[in-house]
Amino acid sequence: MIEFDRFTLDNGLRVIVHHDNSTPIVAMNILYNVGSRDEHPERTGFAHLFEHLMFGGSENIPRFDEPLERVGGENNAFTNNDFTNYYLTLPGHNLETAFWLESDRMLNLAFSAKSFDVQRSVVVEEFRQNYLNQPYGDAWLLLRPLAYKYHPYRWATIGIDPSHIEQAGMDEVRDFYKRFYNPCNAILVIAGNVKTDEIRVLTEKWFGVIDKGEVNRRKLPAEPQQTESRSLTVERDVPFDALYKAWHMCSRAEEGFFATDLISDILSAGQSGRLNQQLVKNQRLFSDISAFISGDIEAGLFVVTGKLMKGITMEQAEKALQVEIDKICTQEIEEEELQKVKNRVEAMMEFSEMRVLDKAMNLAYYELLGDAGQVNDLIMKYACVKASEVTAEAKRIFRPENSSTLYYIAKNNEA
Amino acid sequence: MIKALNRKIQPAIQPPGHIDFPQPEISRLSNGIKVYQFNSGTQDVISIELMFSAGSWYQKKPFTAMATNLMLREGTRNYSAQKLSETLDFYGAHFENTTERDNAYVTLYSLNKHLGNTLPLLCEIVKNPVFPEYEYNVLAGKQKQMLEVNRQKVNFLARTHFNSFLFGRNHPYGMYLELGDIANTSNSDLIDFHKRQYHSGNCTIVVAGRIRPGLINELEIYFGGNDWSGIASERLQYATEGSVGKNHYIVKEGAMQSAIRMGGMMFGRSHPDFAGMKVLNAILGGYFGSRLMNNLREDKGYTYGIGSSVVPLFEGGYFVISGEVGAEVTREALFEINSELKRLCDEQVGESELSLVRSYLSGEMLRAVDGPFAQAGLYRELIEDGLDISHFEGLIDTVQQINAQQLQDLAIKYLDTEKLFTLVVGPEAI
Repeated sequence: MIEFDRFTLDNGLRVIVHHDNSTPIVAMNILYNVGSRDEHPERTGFAHLFEHLMFGGSENIPRFDEPLERVGGENNAFTNNDFTNYYLTLPGHNLETAFWLESDRMLNLAFSAKSFDVQRSVVVEEFRQNYLNQPYGDAWLLLRPLAYKYHPYRWATIGIDPSHIEQAGMDEVRDFYKRFYNPCNAILVIAGNVKTDEIRVLTEKWFGVIDKGEVNRRKLPAEPQQTESRSLTVERDVPFDALYKAWHMCSRAEEGFFATDLISDILSAGQSGRLNQQLVKNQRLFSDISAFISGDIEAGLFVVTGKLMKGITMEQAEKALQVEIDKICTQEIEEEELQKVKNRVEAMMEFSEMRVLDKAMNLAYYELLGDAGQVNDLIMKYACVKASEVTAEAKRIFRPENSSTLYYIAKNNEA
Repeated sequence: MIKALNRKIQPAIQPPGHIDFPQPEISRLSNGIKVYQFNSGTQDVISIELMFSAGSWYQKKPFTAMATNLMLREGTRNYSAQKLSETLDFYGAHFENTTERDNAYVTLYSLNKHLGNTLPLLCEIVKNPVFPEYEYNVLAGKQKQMLEVNRQKVNFLARTHFNSFLFGRNHPYGMYLELGDIANTSNSDLIDFHKRQYHSGNCTIVVAGRIRPGLINELEIYFGGNDWSGIASERLQYATEGSVGKNHYIVKEGAMQSAIRMGGMMFGRSHPDFAGMKVLNAILGGYFGSRLMNNLREDKGYTYGIGSSVVPLFEGGYFVISGEVGAEVTREALFEINSELKRLCDEQVGESELSLVRSYLSGEMLRAVDGPFAQAGLYRELIEDGLDISHFEGLIDTVQQINAQQLQDLAIKYLDTEKLFTLVVGPEAI
C-alpha cells in the first residue's frame, strides 16, 4: 500500500507526495507525457535524443548534473514508446536543489549547439552498444515493423536507423520542447521524509510561474486488425538460431490486460514456467525461452523469444512451442497453477516497492494511466482473474493470423 | 510583496549530515555459524543469504564452482528439480545463486508470511542436493551456448581477458571459462566440490528485511546442527603471472565498437591507500561527472559510457578503466584516456572539483545504506574481509580530508601509464 497526497498547480502540473520516514534519501520523479510514439516517422529516436539534451543545461543553469552531485545527489532518465521519465535521489536536506534544477529545465532549456552535436554522437554510440554491436541486438528492431504497419509502435525507442538522429536539426529540437515539455504535460512525484505542505510551497515557488503550454493530445494512426500471419527470415553472424514470435494484445486500460499478463507468467515466470519446463528441460529444444508482454500503454505485443539448441531445426522448435500455445488455449488452467502466478505477482509488487525511488516511479506511471491510486488495486485486479478468463484471453491472442514470426538464422550454422 | 526568484543561484547547500551506519545484530548458531541480521525496511519481505567459501578460488577445474552453485536447485534428496521450483514459485519466492571469485552465495528472497514454507527449501538445496545427471547435462548445454553467445560481445571478451593479463591464466582471479572447460567438467566434480565447500564450517548467514521475532530460532533448527559440519577451507596460494607485454588487442571482425580496458594491480580494502584511491578513482571515472565521462562522452561523443573502478578482492585487487567506444575513434579515445591519467599525475586537482567529489561520495554512501538489502550488501563486503563498520567511518574521514597533494602522490604511485596494461577488443589491431 502506497499512501499519497495529490494536488495540481494552476498551470496544470500534477504533483504527488508520498511520505516515508524510514530513509534520509528523497526521490523526485518527473514524467513527461511524450514518447517515441509521438515522433515523426522520418525522425525516429528523437524523443530519446531529446532526453539526452535535457542534461545539456538550461537557461539559468549551465550544467544539470554538477549542482546535483554537489549536494550528494544522483540522477538519470529513460525514454520508452509512451513517455519520458526523469528521476533523481538526494539527501533530503538538500531537496530544494532538485526543485531548482528540474523547474529550470522545464522553464527553458539552453539549446546549446555543442551539446546537440555531442549528444547525437553519444546516442549513435548507444545505438551501436545496445543494438547493432550485440548478437541478436537488432531482433526488436525487426520484430516491431513486422507486427505494426501503421501505429508508431512500429519503431523502437532508439529509432529505425542512426541516420534519423544524425539528420535532426536544432529547429526540430526547439519545436519538440515547446510542444511537449510543459507543466500540463508532466507529473511530478516526491517520495521520502517530506511533508505535503512543504512540497506544495516549494512546487509553487519553483514551478508555479511556468506557462501552462499545450497538452499532448495524440491523434495516432490506429493499427488495423491483422488478418494473416506474417514472417520474416534473416541471417546473421550469430552462433545459434533464434525464434521470435509476437501477437497483438489489448491495451493497458482494458480488463483483459491482467489475464494477459498472467498468461505470460504461466508460460515463463520463475524456473517452473511451462516453456522452461517443457522446452528447455524436458525436450531440450531451446537453451532459453521466455514469454513477456511489451508493457505499452496502447495495444501492445505478447512476445515469445527463444534461442534454439544446436542441432534443433526451426520446424521442431516452432512446433513444440505451438503445442504449449495450443494447450493454454484449450485446457483450462488448474486452480493451483493460477494461484501460483497470482502469488508471484503479489511478491513482485512487494519487492518492487523497496526504495522511495521505486515508489515514486510507480506513482507517476499510474497517474499517467489515469490515477496513481491504481497502484494499490493491482494485487486485487490480478487476484480476481478467473481460469476461464485466462483461456478466453489466450484464444483471443494466439490466433495464427494475429502473429508475426521472426526467424533469426545463424549464418554458417553447420548443424 | 513577493521577492523575485533568482534562478541563477543554487539554493543553500546543507552540509552532509552524519551517516548512521546500521549495526547488525550478530549472533552464532550452535555449530558456530555467524549470523548477521539487518532488521529494517517498509515491506514485509526478507532475504536470507548463505555465504560459502566456495568461489572459483577453491575449484580445481574451471566451471566447477559456478556449476555446483547453479545445480543446488536442480534436485535434492526430497524434491525433484521441478517440484522444488514449483513450490518456490507458488510462494512467490526466488533463489539467487551467485558465484564470485572468493565466495559463493545462495540467497532466498521471500515474503515473511510464506517463510515457513520457503526456508525449508533453502535448507534442502544447500544440504541435500543430489546433482542429477540429466539436469546437469541440460545445464551444461545451456551454459555452453550462453558462453558462445557472450564470446560474440566485445565487452565480454575484454572483461574476461583483461584479468588474465593482470593475474595470469592460472591464477583464480585471471582464469576465464572456455568451451572445453565445460565439456571437461562432470557431475562427479560437482558432488566432490559440494562436499568439500558447502558445509557449516564455510558458512556465514546474512539476513535483511523486516525480521520477525524468533527468526534466529528457525535458523538454528535448519542450519545450526552438526549434520553438515566441516572444517573451514584453507586457501591455496597461487602466484600471479602478469603478462610481459603491456599492450594487447583481440580482433573481433566487423565490430562497430571497440571495448577498451586499461588498468593495473592494486590492493584490498585493508590497504592504507584504499580509501584515497576511491577518491582518486571517483575523480577519474567513478561517477557521471568524472573526467573520463566529461572528456570522452560529454565533450567528444566517443562513447555512450566510460568509467573506472577500484576492485578490492580477498587477496589484492586491481584498478580498471572500461568502456566501449566507436571503432573509428579507438586511437583518439586511447589518447584521451592516457591524457587524463597523465593529468592526474602532473596537475593537482582544483578545490572546486575536489569538493564536488567529496559531496558526491558522501551522497553515494548514504544511498549505499538505503534500505535493508542495500545495507546487507554493503556489510557483506566487510564481513568477507574481516572488517567492521569502522572501515566505512575511516572511508568517510578520508573522503572529507584528503588533499590535492595526497591525491597527486597516489596518481604518481599507482596510475603511471607506463605501468598499466591496455587491452582493446575491436575490428582491427591497434
